Amino acid sequence: MNLQSANLHFLLVCTEVYLDKNMKILIVDDFSTMRRIIKNLLRDLGFTNTAEADDGNTALPMLQSGNFDFLVTDWNMPGMNGIELLRAVRADERLKQMPVLMVTAEAKRDQIIEAAQAGVSGYVVKPFTAVALKEKIEKIFERVQPK
Amino acid sequence: MALSKDPGQATAQQFEHSLKEHALQLVDYLESGNFSEAVLVVHAINQARDRGLYHEVGQLTRALHNAIVNFQIDTSHALGDRGEASRISDASDRLDYVVQLTDRAANRTMDLVESSAPMVADIGQEAAALSAEWARLQRREMAAEEFRDLSRRIGAFLTRTEQSASTVSTQLNDIMIAQDYQDLTGQVIKRVTTLVHDVEESLVSLVRMAGTVDRIAGIEHGEEGQAKKAPEKGEGPQMHADTREDVVSGQDEVDDLLSSLGF
Repeated sequence: MNLQSANLHFLLVCTEVYLDKNMKILIVDDFSTMRRIIKNLLRDLGFTNTAEADDGNTALPMLQSGNFDFLVTDWNMPGMNGIELLRAVRADERLKQMPVLMVTAEAKRDQIIEAAQAGVSGYVVKPFTAVALKEKIEKIFERVQPK
Repeated sequence: MALSKDPGQATAQQFEHSLKEHALQLVDYLESGNFSEAVLVVHAINQARDRGLYHEVGQLTRALHNAIVNFQIDTSHALGDRGEASRISDASDRLDYVVQLTDRAANRTMDLVESSAPMVADIGQEAAALSAEWARLQRREMAAEEFRDLSRRIGAFLTRTEQSASTVSTQLNDIMIAQDYQDLTGQVIKRVTTLVHDVEESLVSLVRMAGTVDRIAGIEHGEEGQAKKAPEKGEGPQMHADTREDVVSGQDEVDDLLSSLGF
């Protein structure tokens, strides 16, 4: 690979934690542009197996029937919001082990504590950087599958 | 369009003044045992109170009416007349337009980036491969046959790079132009901000008038429970995060908070 290239890829892949690049990821956000940004960043990290949902109500049935390995969700959404989705996932016998990363503009300390108590695996505040997203994903999977 | 500063003040003062005078009279009559006169005074007090009240309610109604007319709040459904699009519904249309414009610009930018990125990556990869070959040539490790092949590749690469550079340059320009939404949305948002400010001013005046009515009528409102926001509900981006204690101002603070919780 060419290190002179400005491609984001090199920035992101220089420290390698073992991650299954084929894992199936569900991206939940009510704004299609934000879903697209996250999808692109994940693709730059090598994760191409992604699906999208625009709120908890559409996401939950997908999770229940779709063999997903990882959930990335916003908080503030119409219908079922992200924290409700997180609780629903943790309450579901088959889904409760799934790592959940929250990527959200919600920045109140109370809210972050609430998400932690509800069992979130990682929390990224918007606006965020590609590096922050990568770090959090790696940290989550280091914890989930210690080498 | 703002209503006068303290419209009901004079009426209320007048009423209180006459109330004081009448009260003294009333005490006099009662002490001297003149009950029929006393009843008349009570009646007069009532009348003064009603007059003030009618006056204030009338003013309040007029002010409300003016506010509605000024903002053309969409009452056509409620009142059954056909009104033009109100300033309020116009404002929400405008904000919808902002959402549309920003959405379009974001997608346009991402289209262009997605189209440019593979070209840049491709140039980088091919340049790296050619560099390795070039180094071999300089170390004189390359046969003549291989050199002919390399020189053909370099020629093709230069042609391709020139084309790609021109395409990427055009797309970078287009990305810049796609940011023109900032100007348009900025103007729209400023207009809506002005409207919100006007509405707020008029509402404050109305509340002040209603306060005078309450004062004359002697109405007291209990503290109605202020709507408490459940943290459950998302609140969206926080303003002035750097000066607030209850809000984190970036990812580092989130990480600190979570690690203090044992994450």
